[in-house]
Amino acid sequence: MPGRIGVSARTASVWRTATLTEIRRETPRVSTFRFAVPDWPGHVPGQHLVLRLVAEDGYAAQRHYSIASAPDDSGHVELTLDHVEDGEVSGWFHTVARPGDRIEVRGPLSGFFAWPGDRPALLVGAGSGVVPLMSMLRHHRARGLTVPLRLLVSVRRPGELIYAREFGAETTPVFTRSAPEGVAVGRMTAAHVAPIMAERPSGGWEAYVCGSNSFAEHASRLLVAAGQPVERIRIERFG
Amino acid sequence: MNITRGFTGRPRVDDPGLPPGQYDAGDEWPVLSAEVTPDLAPADWTFRIDGLVADPRTWDWEQAHALPASAYEGAIHCVTSWSKFGVRFGGVSLDAFLDVVRPRGSATHVVAYAHTGYTTSLPLSDVTGGRAWIAWEYDGRPLPAEHGGPARLLVPHLYFWKSAKWIAGLRLLDHDEPGFWEGNGYHPRGNPWEEQRYSGD
Ligand SMILES: Cc1cc2nc3c(=O)[nH]c(=O)nc-3n(C[C@H](O)[C@H](O)[C@H](O)COP(=O)(O)OP(=O)(O)OC[C@H]3O[C@@H](n4cnc5c(N)ncnc54)[C@H](O)[C@@H]3O)c2cc1C
Repeated sequence: MPGRIGVSARTASVWRTATLTEIRRETPRVSTFRFAVPDWPGHVPGQHLVLRLVAEDGYAAQRHYSIASAPDDSGHVELTLDHVEDGEVSGWFHTVARPGDRIEVRGPLSGFFAWPGDRPALLVGAGSGVVPLMSMLRHHRARGLTVPLRLLVSVRRPGELIYAREFGAETTPVFTRSAPEGVAVGRMTAAHVAPIMAERPSGGWEAYVCGSNSFAEHASRLLVAAGQPVERIRIERFG
Repeated sequence: MNITRGFTGRPRVDDPGLPPGQYDAGDEWPVLSAEVTPDLAPADWTFRIDGLVADPRTWDWEQAHALPASAYEGAIHCVTSWSKFGVRFGGVSLDAFLDVVRPRGSATHVVAYAHTGYTTSLPLSDVTGGRAWIAWEYDGRPLPAEHGGPARLLVPHLYFWKSAKWIAGLRLLDHDEPGFWEGNGYHPRGNPWEEQRYSGD
């Protein structure tokens, strides 16, 4: 299954120093971190980068994070991090980090989960799996693209919905534990997927699924059952 | 490397079995794959070796199982930083398959491909000499589909993206032809002991 774009080997290998410029709270457990990255080579929505924190004795921890911001020429990228219990890297971000701190990044990586804004996009995410999909949605808006884009996002309760204020008519939130008045509670089902599949955009949907492994398995099975070709389902698993 | 203010990290473990930058995932076995887990029955599984070989050939499930059984017990290492120790895989050594097709002297690399379309490239010398398997058992049971069942390639001395799930075949070549991740900025060889994660490492 081919990637959507090529990835330069050189781009992937260079470490760049990124300076944290802003922290924005999204939900009680999730914040967005904005970085200035000199010479950032630019990214395509859906790509991720590798980030490295280094301790005084030289010990380093590396993690992958999806890029939340749309590509632009601001020289900045934004990441949105869940605060993982006892998380080595996300813990540092949520309890120690402040504007002015410097960390190292490299990338962007993965041309496979990338969406250049060409094909109709059916985006399905859960929890922080919405992050790379948000980059696609923001790109769609920023460029005023007319190609269809739909987002299904699964979350436990309304207060945990990241980017809630930014969603519009293209987005359907699915609440698994508690929902606002008048909205059903339960996991994502064929009934959520069917109306989108029925739209049959010209050229067909390119589906992007992102979240935990169990969510990715569940969502990709729903898509296949609804008739989405397997070779047009791209999956990113956060583990 | 620039030091990160206020970052101490987890207590250092002095574990000679752990390659640099890896941690012990314990009982967990995270799943990483970019494709839909296929619904592939053993009866529909086949494994082919062709390219620079004297006798290209395809094995079905039963024919592959007729080859001498071979097991791997040890560690596996994923490029996303987890390692898993004491895993037990059962299957057949890749040498047993290669002995049948007889690689030509000019073969230097292989492309392993999956029933889903996934590909990965490896030097031939990394899949010979008792270092690679076609595996269909995990911990004495059939390998689960999400981990590559009915059968996967197993090359445990390299990062695990080289161990293609749902293995369909190998093509022997006289040059390196980047696969799925190798074409996406990942390292051509992927030796965890040299921390060859991305191209240029
Ligand atoms: C392609 C990709 C994109 C991603 N994008 C995002 C994103 O946009 N947003 C986001 O929030 N996350 C994202 N993730 C997940 C992210 O990479 C990290 O896994 C996550 O932030 C947890 O890292 P951490 O250091 O905080 O936690 P860790 O310290 O890694 O802990 C996570 C779990 O791993 C185990 N663990 C890790 N290290 C050890 C150790 N030394 N000893 C024992 N147990 C250990 C623990 O059980 C713990 O529960 C992405 C992952 C991938 C692969």
